[in-house]
Amino acid sequence: MLVLNDIRKTFNIGTINEKKALNGVTITLDDGDFVTIIGGNGAGKSTTLNAIAGVWPVDSGVIEINGKNITGLPEHKRAKFLGRVFQDPMTGTAATMEIQENLALAARRGESRGLRWGITKKEKDEYRELLKMLDLGLEDRMTSKVGLLSGGQRQALTLLMATLKKPELLLLDEHTAALDPKTAAKVLELSDKIIEENKLTAMMVTHNMHDAIRHGNRLIMMNKGRIIYDVKGEEKKNLTVDYLLQKFEEASGTAINNDRMLLSK
Amino acid sequence: MKSITALLSALPGSVAQGLIWGVLAIGVYITYKVLDFADLTVDGSLGTGGAVAVMLITNGCPIPLALVVAFIAGCAAGFITGILNTMLGIPAILSGILTQLALYSINLDIMGKANAAVSVDKYDLLVSLRYIPQSIITGTIFIVAIALALYWFFGTEQGFTLRATGCNPNMARAQGINTKKSTVIGLVLGNGLVGLAGGLLAQYQGYSDVNMGRGAIVIGLAAIIIGEVLGELILGKRLNFIGRLLFTAVGAIIYFVVIQVVLWLGLSSQNTKLFSAITVAVFLAVPYLKAQSKTSFKRAAKRGVAEDAGA
Repeated sequence: MLVLNDIRKTFNIGTINEKKALNGVTITLDDGDFVTIIGGNGAGKSTTLNAIAGVWPVDSGVIEINGKNITGLPEHKRAKFLGRVFQDPMTGTAATMEIQENLALAARRGESRGLRWGITKKEKDEYRELLKMLDLGLEDRMTSKVGLLSGGQRQALTLLMATLKKPELLLLDEHTAALDPKTAAKVLELSDKIIEENKLTAMMVTHNMHDAIRHGNRLIMMNKGRIIYDVKGEEKKNLTVDYLLQKFEEASGTAINNDRMLLSK
Repeated sequence: MKSITALLSALPGSVAQGLIWGVLAIGVYITYKVLDFADLTVDGSLGTGGAVAVMLITNGCPIPLALVVAFIAGCAAGFITGILNTMLGIPAILSGILTQLALYSINLDIMGKANAAVSVDKYDLLVSLRYIPQSIITGTIFIVAIALALYWFFGTEQGFTLRATGCNPNMARAQGINTKKSTVIGLVLGNGLVGLAGGLLAQYQGYSDVNMGRGAIVIGLAAIIIGEVLGELILGKRLNFIGRLLFTAVGAIIYFVVIQVVLWLGLSSQNTKLFSAITVAVFLAVPYLKAQSKTSFKRAAKRGVAEDAGA
């Protein structure tokens, strides 16, 4: 499915702020894998997702999706394969456009856009049904501007948009971190549901170790731009937070430095 | 102060002028409002449209064709600004200023001198200050046709990409939109309309001048802001897209009526640009100051003092 082979990326090369963000990340995802990613501050979790999404070119290494080498493709061309939800609820939607217009934009991800109508009558009916599934009452507000929605509503909408056209890989970058606990739980539950129903392959960065253990079939721990622990199946299901912390210390030689992660323990 | 009849007799001319500048303002609306790109190219591309139209008309080119070429010349100017910004990494404002400066020379080259006349007696011009009622009708037709065309365009898939790019480029790229391309398209379209406005304006005033675009961006912004405020005031709600475009043209008309009134009140004509700049500055500052007045350090300090005194 997804293959990352020895991905490296250094920011601000040659300056005092030089930062080796990715230090040889290698991983192979199988079809239907739902991987949760945890790690300390600056471990390279979000950077890995950004490398896959093509926010910038990597320094070296190869990225393949379903056998296609996408290492040289710019962000907007990779979008064809990827659904993305970001940490900041403002990032994933266009605030000055209507809910239904945002969905219509997402429905055309990876397709050439011409002078046909940006949204059709038939689509509107489909979107109404899909929005009902979110159970947020958005189906009655389809012509409202997205800027009027709350963070949780926007994140749920972004999730729907990311999966409206089935992505080959869904990237969730701490997508519940900016939400209050109740809303976060709801969005996470929705993520699970959508991933399961559509049999999606997904990667989810989180700072919540409980969530990382509870969701998905595979867990990756990162430190200093490398994957230091990769576990799946039964072994993953039986993980505990304390064991993960211990594992981190073993693998990295230091205690975990992610405050938010420790607070959510 | 002159008589009130002098003012009243001058107002139809302001309306005609406002409609022509309304075409420019709608062009500015696309770059400034839809794309969120403060595009200073317009000060140059207005003159380019005027120069191209006058030179073509006086050399025997049919007027509609001359206007089409003026539109295309404006498009080319916007394209250059777009390339400077998206491909060469030059900040938006500076890209526009560079193109604008280059166009000053190019406009001189097109005309061969600082200005070129086109007489309504010799050519069958579409608009002219000598025939104001006809000019108002023609201007209105242009505005309505342009507003309808843009309403259609911004409802298409391609139009959606421009709106998304202006609103949230990160989201746009995540949805597979080439934001560089849509930025260039928006600048091309906006400046095309400005070029067209230049072609109309040159006909209206009977000449094209290398300085005719100076401060055009400010007039365009003034029209947009006046139109927005007025539209919401009259209709009592936020306007939809076509309403905004039409009220932008109305804003341009109001702008020229107001200029006419202040001239009548005794402002010297050389000070109209000063007046315009102040007007736009005030309109842009008011929303900011309003927000500030609700939450400012000064207020916080005052409240702090009051609480101290109370305690």
